[in-house]
Amino acid sequence: MSFTTHTGNRGLVLEEKLIFEQGEPGRTGVDLPKPAGIKSRLGGLDRDSDVGLPGLSEPQVVRHFTRLSQKNFGIDSGFFPLGSCTMKHNPRLNEKVARMPGLADLHPMQPESTVQGALELIDSCAHWLLVLTGMPAVSMSPAAGAQGELCGMMAIRAALDARGENRRRVLVPESAHGTNPATAAACGFTVDSIPATEDGRVDLAAFEAKLGDDVAGIMLTNPNTCGLFERDVRKIADLVHAAGGYFYCDGANFNAIVGRVRPADLGIDAMHINLHKTFSTPHGGGGPGSGPVVFSDALAPFAPIPYVVRKGEKFHLVETAEEQDGKKPFGRLKGFHGQMGMFIRALSYMKSHGADGLRQASGDAVLNANYLLARLKDKLSVAFPGYCMHEALFDDDFLKDTGVSTLDLAKAIIDEGFHPMTMYFPLVVHGALLIEPTETETKESIDQFCDAVLALVAKAESGDAEFFKNAPYLTPRRRLDETAAARKPVLRWMPESA
Amino acid sequence: MAKKFSQEHEWVEYEDGVATVGITDYAQQSLGDIVYVELPEVGKKLTKDGDAAVVESVKAASDVYAPLDGVVVEANEELDDNPALVNEAPESDGWFFRMELSDESQLDELMDEAAYKDFVEGL
Amino acid sequence: MRYLPLTKADRVSMLETIGAKSVDELYSDVPEGALLSEPVDLPHHLGELQVERDMAKLAAKNMGTASVPSFLGAGAYRHHVPATVDYIIQRGEFLTAYTPYQPEIAQGTLQYLFEFQTQVASITGMDVANASMWDGATSCAEAVLMACRATRRKKAVLSGGLHPHYREVTETYCQYSDTEVAGRDGHPEKQATADELDDLIDDQTACVVVQYPDVFGRIQDHTKLADACHAKGALLIVVFTEAMAFGAIKSPGSFGADIVCGEGQSIGNNLNYGGPYVGLFATTSKLVRQMPGRLCGETVDQDGKRGFVLTLSTREQHIRREKATSNICTNSGLCSLAFTVHMSLLGEDGYRGVAMLNHETACKTADAIDAVPGAEVVNDSFFNEFTVKLAKPAAEVVEALVGKGILGGVPLSRLYPNRDDLGNYLLVAATETNTDEDIADFASALKEVLA
Repeated sequence: MSFTTHTGNRGLVLEEKLIFEQGEPGRTGVDLPKPAGIKSRLGGLDRDSDVGLPGLSEPQVVRHFTRLSQKNFGIDSGFFPLGSCTMKHNPRLNEKVARMPGLADLHPMQPESTVQGALELIDSCAHWLLVLTGMPAVSMSPAAGAQGELCGMMAIRAALDARGENRRRVLVPESAHGTNPATAAACGFTVDSIPATEDGRVDLAAFEAKLGDDVAGIMLTNPNTCGLFERDVRKIADLVHAAGGYFYCDGANFNAIVGRVRPADLGIDAMHINLHKTFSTPHGGGGPGSGPVVFSDALAPFAPIPYVVRKGEKFHLVETAEEQDGKKPFGRLKGFHGQMGMFIRALSYMKSHGADGLRQASGDAVLNANYLLARLKDKLSVAFPGYCMHEALFDDDFLKDTGVSTLDLAKAIIDEGFHPMTMYFPLVVHGALLIEPTETETKESIDQFCDAVLALVAKAESGDAEFFKNAPYLTPRRRLDETAAARKPVLRWMPESA
Repeated sequence: MAKKFSQEHEWVEYEDGVATVGITDYAQQSLGDIVYVELPEVGKKLTKDGDAAVVESVKAASDVYAPLDGVVVEANEELDDNPALVNEAPESDGWFFRMELSDESQLDELMDEAAYKDFVEGL
Repeated sequence: MRYLPLTKADRVSMLETIGAKSVDELYSDVPEGALLSEPVDLPHHLGELQVERDMAKLAAKNMGTASVPSFLGAGAYRHHVPATVDYIIQRGEFLTAYTPYQPEIAQGTLQYLFEFQTQVASITGMDVANASMWDGATSCAEAVLMACRATRRKKAVLSGGLHPHYREVTETYCQYSDTEVAGRDGHPEKQATADELDDLIDDQTACVVVQYPDVFGRIQDHTKLADACHAKGALLIVVFTEAMAFGAIKSPGSFGADIVCGEGQSIGNNLNYGGPYVGLFATTSKLVRQMPGRLCGETVDQDGKRGFVLTLSTREQHIRREKATSNICTNSGLCSLAFTVHMSLLGEDGYRGVAMLNHETACKTADAIDAVPGAEVVNDSFFNEFTVKLAKPAAEVVEALVGKGILGGVPLSRLYPNRDDLGNYLLVAATETNTDEDIADFASALKEVLA
């Protein structure tokens, strides 16, 4: 039944204006003491015009953001199999401990003697990451995965500079996430793409042919972006080392192997770890993340400041490049000491799971993905044969001649109450569908998702392309005009008169 | 003079010592709705096959290469306000820039319309 | 294990569907010997109660700023965060969502980002702002790289009043891209003027970076500097570490700044021992396509209703790869939401009111400290932070104050470990959270320490 309402609201789906359209002068959501009105010492630069902020009371603000939240899909809402993003359950215990007095209210520039517990916590989080990866060193400061990549590649650049070598070519598989080439370019490297084999792995022969004395290293995601373990990873490591280069591993998919495979045993020199993927810190609608980087002995001396060291019973924060202990830090990546709030959450998660639980978690993640793969493989077209790791990749061959695209199918999946999978990535597969269920999903919800996808595929095959072209139907907003948004960007609210 | 075409899907129209350059109808169709065109500055020296402009659709940004050596003398400012012109009239009002050529003989290396048509059909 | 729903029976039946004998078989691509057969050498799983107890033990070893009089600033500021903020950001629909790639089911995130962008543009006095960066220091570095792209030049001039960590991050980001970073050393008692940097600006200069208020707390008009930059074709970047300040002082946009960026932590966010924070980044309409980071824009949906989408994403790394404007993927989503909610509660009156309250508290604190023998406030102007010259090394004084239960500021020697001439200077910040009693306790403790 379809009808319009007077308000535009539809039951629990409420329309909501911008705060700028709701404000009234004189309203406020805070009660403050009245300023005494002393003579200011602002250097004569006292603000003399309005900022242009709307006035709202507290109940209005609460209602506004509550209504906005109801237009969002999160992991708490339902199945969220967004490939390569590891949308696992975010435990509330993590949130609780991150807000504890003595943690949340610590200032980054407090004297060391007043933050021994904080430094111990960072050291403890680092210890877990070192044992899980088998690596000798870790830099905790990178703000997110992309900055972790920058950290790793800068360390490689610094190590090459220290060797007095002008190697500038970085080998990157064509299936790599776009951040890899962007990061390499930011470190002054040129990117040379390595082709994939027909089974979705690095083409070892092509890789070997590209090695030379100008090669700085390889950036390889393992498990890779096709959801597959790189069988030849050790050979790749040996070859790149023999050629005088370094092995950067993109750890975006670490969740598949935590507690089962130690990256150190694969010959890597550096790897970032997305705490917001593997270690359950919330994605928060796109951040904040955290991307610690583990290092081999060859790169460890070049890790950036600041870092924590243990001196007897005390913990010490090394904040200057001068205080080096023989180290040669390449610089500083962040204003302060890293994403402490995320270390607390990640440590809370790691302690909760323990060594046994983490191993079970990665196993369940891989089991769930392979189960989903098994359930869908007859109807959807599997990109590469064999078992997958923590995510299953399909191409759009199964949609050929239906007039339905990967995007259309995804939009119809939204109406079924699921967040769609990752689409059109990795680029090596035509019309890619990358599905990552994670270990925190029940068999029942995976079954429900698979049943829904299979029903939609049957509908597509029945020739109802028009239905898909117009999906989704049941969301607060339907397909949005991205072309109009990009041609004439409107990036802020402006008052009518302006 | 009749239009000439490059393998990178640019067209060139050469008249009175100035070459007008744009992207072909085939190129705009493959790119989809164009949302922005980054044009070269007037006075910029271009090298054949080097970067000259960037054309953006919602989902892709593609480099436009200089089909010939030369210096930019004019950029189509109309595209700043109305990038859709590239979709609507790719081989006329939707031109990108004009350049003075350093070597007219390079024109001979480009395809004529019939050859370009064959080239596109072979893709 | 409470986070793992699969039962033993589930696992058995799933393996059967897959056609595998064991989970280990699914790992058959792992090279010989690299697959562990036992858990690694770390403690085994714990219940909520035990984890909470462990974490509380660590927390108890710290001296939290909420538990003692605290006057710490230098780039991070303690303010009162209304209870509403933390409630909203813990709603699962915000907390557990991802980057809004599917706008039909992410209008909540997208609309607040649009509101966030408008708030940031408003307080900085700029045309547009992005959906946030990682923190103030990385925003500064990205601003310099953006200026280099926009001007096609390779030299950045940094003012001596710029926070040294911001300078270090900027130098780190520039070191491998052939960008020259020039600048002057700052000093709290030597007034930095536009002329200080004038002779460094030349035809190759992409940008000049100044901080406002500067790292020593001083407030200066940068209109002349903007003119000097523009005369040479360079951009003026104005950096800030205290977003609350613009409720009390003129916006950097009013000087003619081309990029304004800095730290947004002080609105809506806890101190968190340095992170996560939220970088704010604003610029002019003219430069918007050079701007790094995510952007949310307004559009309409299929039914003609207003909605929001991520836009201009072709600048980003997943499309442009090695030609991207920056390698940054995410923003500081949840921190920007905290900022937006706090800002919405403040409104015009609240934002300007709390800013003046900060300034007045700082004025009171400055007067109290100035009256202490052996302590002298050196600033003529300041917002909520100022520099004090002490008769003793500031680091020792701060340590002695800790013994009296007071977090009494940041010694400049911590920020400038190589500058012997700055050893006796202390950076003191005061906010609306500081009571008259805090100020009196601080002054009397300082008196004892300096006696």
